[in-house]
Amino acid sequence: MLEYIIFSLLNSLVLGMLLFMLSSGLTLIFSMMGVLNFAHASFYMLGAYFGYQISTAIGFWPALIIAPPLVGLFGALVERYGLRNVHKYGHVAELLFTVGLAFIIEEGVNLIWGRNAVTYPIPKLLDFPIFTLFNTEFSAYRMFMLFISVAIFIALYWILTRTRIGLIIQAALTHPQMVNALGHNVPAVFMLVFGGGSALAGLAGVIGGIFLVTEPAMAATLGPIVFVVIVVGGMGSLTGAFVASLLLAAIQTFAVGIEYSLSDLLALVGIRAEVGGILKDLWRIQLSHTGPILPYLFMVLILMFRPKGLMGKRET
Amino acid sequence: MIIFLKKFGIWLAAVLICVVLPLIFRSGFSISLLSQMGIAIIFALSYNMLLGQGGMLSFGHAVYYGLGGFLAMHALNRIGAGTLPIPIELLPLVGGVAGVLAGLVFGWLSTARASTTFALISLGIGELIAASALMLPSFFGGEQGIIGDRVVKLTITGFRFGKQIEVYYLIAVWMLICVALMYLLTQTPLGRVANAVRDNPERAAFIGYAPRTVRTLQFTLAAFFAGAAGGLFAINYEIITAETVGAQASGSVLMMTYIGGVGHFFGPILGAILITFMQLSLAGVTHAWLLYFGLLFVGMVMWAPNGLSGIIMVHEPVWKARLMKRLLPAYGLIALPCLIMFLGAMILIEINYHLSLSINPENPMHLLGITFRAQSPVAWGLSLVMMVAGFFFFRKARSVVQERWSEVSQTLKGGLTR
Amino acid sequence: MSTTALKLADVHKSFGSSKIINGVNLAVAKGERHAIIGPNGAGKSTLFNLISGFYPLSAGYIELNGHMISNLPPHRINRLGLSRSFQVTNIFPKMSVFENVRCALLWPMGYGYSFWHLCDRLKKINAKAEEILERINLADRRHIPAGLLAYADQRALEIGITIAGNAEVILLDEPTAGMSLSETERAVELIRDVTTGKTLLVVEHDMQVVFNLADRISVLVYGEIVATDHPDKIRQNPQVQEAYLGKESA
Ligand SMILES: Nc1ncnc2c1ncn2[C@@H]1O[C@H](COP(=O)(O)OP(=O)(O)OP(=O)(O)O)[C@@H](O)[C@H]1O
Ligand SMILES: [Mg+2]
Repeated sequence: MLEYIIFSLLNSLVLGMLLFMLSSGLTLIFSMMGVLNFAHASFYMLGAYFGYQISTAIGFWPALIIAPPLVGLFGALVERYGLRNVHKYGHVAELLFTVGLAFIIEEGVNLIWGRNAVTYPIPKLLDFPIFTLFNTEFSAYRMFMLFISVAIFIALYWILTRTRIGLIIQAALTHPQMVNALGHNVPAVFMLVFGGGSALAGLAGVIGGIFLVTEPAMAATLGPIVFVVIVVGGMGSLTGAFVASLLLAAIQTFAVGIEYSLSDLLALVGIRAEVGGILKDLWRIQLSHTGPILPYLFMVLILMFRPKGLMGKRET
Repeated sequence: MIIFLKKFGIWLAAVLICVVLPLIFRSGFSISLLSQMGIAIIFALSYNMLLGQGGMLSFGHAVYYGLGGFLAMHALNRIGAGTLPIPIELLPLVGGVAGVLAGLVFGWLSTARASTTFALISLGIGELIAASALMLPSFFGGEQGIIGDRVVKLTITGFRFGKQIEVYYLIAVWMLICVALMYLLTQTPLGRVANAVRDNPERAAFIGYAPRTVRTLQFTLAAFFAGAAGGLFAINYEIITAETVGAQASGSVLMMTYIGGVGHFFGPILGAILITFMQLSLAGVTHAWLLYFGLLFVGMVMWAPNGLSGIIMVHEPVWKARLMKRLLPAYGLIALPCLIMFLGAMILIEINYHLSLSINPENPMHLLGITFRAQSPVAWGLSLVMMVAGFFFFRKARSVVQERWSEVSQTLKGGLTR
Repeated sequence: MSTTALKLADVHKSFGSSKIINGVNLAVAKGERHAIIGPNGAGKSTLFNLISGFYPLSAGYIELNGHMISNLPPHRINRLGLSRSFQVTNIFPKMSVFENVRCALLWPMGYGYSFWHLCDRLKKINAKAEEILERINLADRRHIPAGLLAYADQRALEIGITIAGNAEVILLDEPTAGMSLSETERAVELIRDVTTGKTLLVVEHDMQVVFNLADRISVLVYGEIVATDHPDKIRQNPQVQEAYLGKESA
């Protein structure tokens, strides 16, 4: 039991930090530009595939350095030549633009790399168990992921609190209308934030593609989860995104291991109901299988009863 | 008589077209294509009751479509077993009822605000239902879905629905009824107030309407038609799977509606026809059809945000003033570089699909009647040149079109003030 | 039944720590035309937003014809017979001018959330909408999307929407702001015309308009009413001259 808890905690930390790399960019983009970027997870996917492609050509370490800026550049171009033109038609059009973009990227990935998952292995250097606890190994690669994401976390914190651009971004978060008045080159800031957010998502893809799986459906799988994270955390709140990332990762990681169902629970208090039909299904669902729906349930409830999210200051 | 024709002519024409089309296009493929178009038209129009008329951007409208389909399928099986005395022709109503029930509950839960909150809640509910569908196999049938048999004893028309053409006519009748009803709904107090709430919810409250109630009602009515479409789906395919409630179905109705245009009632009809046609015909020709679909969608968002119907309607005054002949040459001029660009992109896309998906990429590929090797640098070069040159001339031609347009609109304005 | 149409008792409103309305007491009699004047930022629009249910009160209460309306949602207050216009034009931009007016008639004339009537068949409503369009002088532009109207016409439409439902109590927030002299004159005539026999509460900066229209005037300064009286008395009130009129003429 202790073993289960410790490893689940460690794994949720790894997954949570990965989610934060995605959600921080998304929440920054949303709160500055008002655009809910449906293609954000697609940039994550591009990161994974670029990482895979460069790894097979010249190795993982160069890929780690090259792929994220490439994705960032792509993101900046999308902002400059796509999103900015759509801006005049309003938020719905902007949102739909990103929906369409996500669609195109997924199909593009299908087109170039095929419909099946690619083998994107752990780099040799990191392919060993870093420690063993109660006969369970914890791989060095996971440790490395944790290291990278903590480093990014610190870097992000530093940029936002210590640099000029960071201060502008922060101002924009709290007073979105004011930044224009400050006389900064707002379009350039937007492009930078969008590109930066995309690069972060790309980096998450380079390392997450190995950890999870690199396939054309990876964006569609992770995308909604990232939305859940920023909604639960509160739109525009980085702290919220951080907390919610860890929280959701923990929920998902822990739920997987708990194989109790409602009927077990009822049996525990001495009720043994014989039911049929759809109730029977409900009775039998094990908690471990609810993993996929818990986040959405969580999001819908939050949106209905606390639209500001856990830590947000403004409503969506 | 003339007044009658003016008022109802378009409906008569629609009925006529529905009757005649399957007599012209008689192949099995055409009939099932037409059937699917009928279903898609209902579904897309019902989606536009949300987006176009109510200002609610939903990412989960397939929930009501799918639930309607499932309930209808269960009902169909009961009818077949003789335990449910509903004639099969009325099955879409069962789907509609499922839509209404689900729509009332989820509609109320999600419509406190429109905009992004609504969009996200609809996404969440969509994912929730889609995920639960796999967990509740006794209702949704798990991975395989549920099958049914539409050949039942209980009918009112006497049709047995063994032949696809009979099913087509059933769908056509329901389609016409639903389209007419949805059109009439836009003319009712609720329909108009839904527009008001879309435009300005705060103001709507100060003329006596609770925005949330208006949205919920509009949502529920839309869910009814989505459910009815789902019921027709069940009859048409005799199988329904959890995919029908899923994100992809929701996304595709959104794109259909948007491409058709949300600003005019007939827009989604165009979108449904075009996209269903693409779905069924292109899917057989190329693996890349989804990519073309995506490109079309993004192109529309960027350059024609009012959709096909918007494009048509801006030309209405020009047409009436008999000025089309001034625009057409410019359109011809711009069509050429567009075509070249498109061909270039198509070559590139198809080459890549050949390389990544065919069994042996070394085999020659066929495109537009030409056979060549996908690795040939000529093909790659040609496609790139075509795209770049096409883009260059596209920009030139665009300024010509803009010039013509400003001329024409000047003339139109002059005509108004005179 | 009292003869008071609208009663505000010790109404307070603060946004966060800033107190905008500090204990306003006001009674507007039935059939009275009452103006509220005061410098920019005094809280006049905020007061309207409180009365009409747009913001919740921080303290105090508001009665409409003896009904407690504080903290009811706007649509409920509207249904009790209070209608308002906005300082910043607030119409339905994508709908036609005619449709704007007709929508405002639907609830008061009893069609509610009906989806079984056809608007074009509702003869009474359509006639009434036509009549209002004539009165606000927009009959010839009925098919234009309201968002495309000229500014003064949008203001007129705003008034049209506000009065359409025949509410007993009407709140107008700077109805003539931004209008030319002749437009203002027309608007004042219109307002006088459509509010005959009704209770009117109007915020206005144009003193000409105020003295022309109002039976009584209240002066709001920093969220407090410093004087309520007949126009002539207000003109002479030294406190008012100092606080408000003095600034204007200086
Ligand atoms: N929602 C709000 N949140 C915070 N402060 C507000 C809000 N609404 C109004 N205020 C503040 O309340 C004060 C009064 O505003 P209000 O609009 O009521 O003034 P007013 O008397 O109508 O002025 P004007 O003549 O310019 O229209 C202003 O200082 C304004 O900044
Ligand atoms: Mg004001």
